[in-house]
Amino acid sequence: MRESVLWSLIVVFVPFSLVSIGGGPSIFAGIQHQSVEVYHWVTAREFVDLFAIARAAPGPGSMLVTLLGWKVAGWTGAIVATLALFVPSSLLCYAVTKMWNHYRGRHWHTALEEGLAPIGAGLILAGVFAVFRIAGAGIMSWAVAGISAAILAWRPKLNPLILLAGGAVAFAFWHGM
Amino acid sequence: MTQTPGPVPLLSLFFVFFRVGLFSFGGGLAGWVHREVVAQRGWMSDDDFFSGLALSQILPGANVTNLSVYIGQRLRGPAGAACALVGLVIGPFFAVIALATAYAQLATMPWIQNALTGAAAAAIGLLLVVAVKGARNASRRLVPFLILVATFVAVGLLQWPLVPVVLALAPLSVAFAWWKASSNA
Repeated sequence: MRESVLWSLIVVFVPFSLVSIGGGPSIFAGIQHQSVEVYHWVTAREFVDLFAIARAAPGPGSMLVTLLGWKVAGWTGAIVATLALFVPSSLLCYAVTKMWNHYRGRHWHTALEEGLAPIGAGLILAGVFAVFRIAGAGIMSWAVAGISAAILAWRPKLNPLILLAGGAVAFAFWHGM
Repeated sequence: MTQTPGPVPLLSLFFVFFRVGLFSFGGGLAGWVHREVVAQRGWMSDDDFFSGLALSQILPGANVTNLSVYIGQRLRGPAGAACALVGLVIGPFFAVIALATAYAQLATMPWIQNALTGAAAAAIGLLLVVAVKGARNASRRLVPFLILVATFVAVGLLQWPLVPVVLALAPLSVAFAWWKASSNA
């Protein structure tokens, strides 16, 4: 049972590692689908909580998978999930980095860069949408998201922790403590 | 910009990325990496850094972990890449679990639930900024814009599985960029 869970973590996260163009946000929609609806590792509610925790913590937002692994199989699960998500993409990156400098300025170099960019952007948009849908978002969620986006566009260097804290306080008061 | 004499020590590489990983909350990590690696230590030139940044963004994987692999590889080969990557990830690994543990103990209080929902909504705001930036870049030309819309509709609205969608769209999109570049040449 335990081994089969660890194996599932690998089977799910390794492919995501290799298609996460544009970073973590592009695969949140897919990870949500797999871990909530397919494997039932967490409920939709728990997924949103883990998402918020991963965003509030330091490091890449895709540390979300560390929490999913930890939730499912403790420390071993956390380590297996983290390695499954970060090692494949890093090995690929290592190989490409070595070649990259060798072929700088070539045709395929430009084509890859230009061809993958719109897919990455589309995936990030889908990620925003997916998290909102599962959160059962009301008007307040949209307002907080919109306002923090506006503030960040206006002051890009603002520490995002301040925005997270602002959103938390706004919600705590809105729902009457 | 003067390069430091001799190879960069692996331990220094590890600790630079350890600090970046642990203390930079919620994005903006690439700016911090530039400060540590280029501006303060002169380990590589601006050109080197920015080409690596572009690469780390088009490749799959978190942008900042790819950037750490790129810099580690350029400075110290395989061992350097491993040190930079592990340094970057190990702090957040424990921090995120510590935070989740604290949350589990506090979750019985309902206002904590509300506060976390609020924090999540604000975090989605951060994502939204990145999404808008990407969408604006893609919508300068018709075909990339259509690819973006197709990706969003398939994965976001129709909830099709992500991996096959990307595997189907990526060759089309790259082939178009290739064809366009060839016809311009």
